[in-house]
Amino acid sequence: MITRKVTRKWEKLPGKNTFCCDGRVMMGRQKGVFYLTLFLIVGTCSLFFAFECPYLAVHLSPAIPVFAVLLFVFVMAMLLRTSFSDPGVLPRALQEEANFIEMEIEAANGNVMAGQRPPPRIKNVQINNQIVKLKYCYTCKIFRPPRASHCSICDNCVDRFDHHCPWVGNCVGKRNYRYFYLFTLSLSLLTIYIFTFNIVHVVLREYRNIFEHVVSLTPHCTVLEVLVCFFTLWSVVGLTGFHTYLISLNQTTNEDIKGSWSGKNRVQNPYSHKNIIKNCCEVLCSPTYPSVLDRRGVMLEDLSSPTSSDASAASTHKSSNPVSQTTKSSAPLIPNEHTPDEAKPGIGAGTQKSTSSPKEEKPPSPTSPNAVAPAVIKESSH
Amino acid sequence: MAETHSLQDLRQAAVASKVFVQRDYTSGTICKFQTKFPAELESRIDKQQFEETIQTLNNLYADAEKLGGRSYLEGCLACLTAYTIFLCMETHYEKVLKKIAKYIQEQNEKIYAPLGLLLTDPIERGLRVVEITIFEDRSIGSR
Repeated sequence: MITRKVTRKWEKLPGKNTFCCDGRVMMGRQKGVFYLTLFLIVGTCSLFFAFECPYLAVHLSPAIPVFAVLLFVFVMAMLLRTSFSDPGVLPRALQEEANFIEMEIEAANGNVMAGQRPPPRIKNVQINNQIVKLKYCYTCKIFRPPRASHCSICDNCVDRFDHHCPWVGNCVGKRNYRYFYLFTLSLSLLTIYIFTFNIVHVVLREYRNIFEHVVSLTPHCTVLEVLVCFFTLWSVVGLTGFHTYLISLNQTTNEDIKGSWSGKNRVQNPYSHKNIIKNCCEVLCSPTYPSVLDRRGVMLEDLSSPTSSDASAASTHKSSNPVSQTTKSSAPLIPNEHTPDEAKPGIGAGTQKSTSSPKEEKPPSPTSPNAVAPAVIKESSH
Repeated sequence: MAETHSLQDLRQAAVASKVFVQRDYTSGTICKFQTKFPAELESRIDKQQFEETIQTLNNLYADAEKLGGRSYLEGCLACLTAYTIFLCMETHYEKVLKKIAKYIQEQNEKIYAPLGLLLTDPIERGLRVVEITIFEDRSIGSR
């Protein structure tokens, strides 16, 4: 008898992501700074609600804490949405697709003399009268779509890659860019709000004290909050401004850093609509792109069969598209018997070809310094 | 007499090869597939038929990604509810993806399976390629 254990696809996904809640939550590898972000936001807001709000609600208006709560909830929702969602990861090519692309490349390059370096794997595409170069990703074995980039921290190609943000513990890409932007925007507002009302609180107390001749010490919490808000203001408000500028031009941080559309040699951004409003609408209000990583799909794994690299061929899509099942035989498998796929010459030759074909091992990601740099630049100058 | 395959028969058939129809990026980053007819399919299917399938897929994806009043409304409404509305409501894109899945299944049952071919939904390949599996043709006559 064969014991089948239910494995979900997220358990077999390559890359260095962390998954929680049985695949519902997807984050980057390093989460330490994300916990710090959570601590700072929740901590500062708790102090504000505990110490400032009672005084302000009574002496000014009860609307102040209500609005603060709404803003706080929105900030947390945006932060969690950015951190926990799939940024737009492109799944790696399966064996047959990788072989197909290899054959195409070899056909395009022709015969390379022994000892000579094969030419770089680049495809040229014309988009809006601009020649855009599509680079080949050696890790994912695909030609990256335009605007996609490989994140070395998460070890994935991400669509419309912006940057890897350690503060949210995840990459920022096509699917979660708007949540990231709204997070920085609402956090700026929350920081300004708390900062302002701290000052108001201090002023009010001191003002009343002068009349009441009572010496009261400004609570240490207020001072702490003011300090946190002051430093946060400079970085977060600056970052929001920077991303507003990028959105109005329909550019990503990655493109900005690399100077892809800087204007020299008359290169212009082919993705921009040349209209600020249209660009903003496209980035913030375009249809929500679905995740192409089927994280929660169930994989039908036979424990006794040899583990094949093409495990997903045996999986069933969660929304039960029967087409995907027909690539593998649905006949029950006897233990230790090769599956029909492995016996077939077509696919078998494919797996053998990958080991014998000379592949040049290049360093994984030319954009790896860029993946870290935006985060660094974010901290220092903003 | 030519033997036609049904979707059930294909499960027992042997895979001869696979063809991958790549993305067409000339209109930008929107999801669009090349309508160029692959050489490997020349003996199996009508060029017209193939192009029609790909064109219909392209139109469906274009509808999913269209920027218009509907998408702006959906975006603004979602933002106001801090995107919690997507916990109960399906996005327009997801609805179109279901339509596409149905269309592909239909095409497979009616046109491609009888010819010994199988289309894979691009969503299973990260919306990168349309994978067409070519099965060994066991029929004695042509097609």
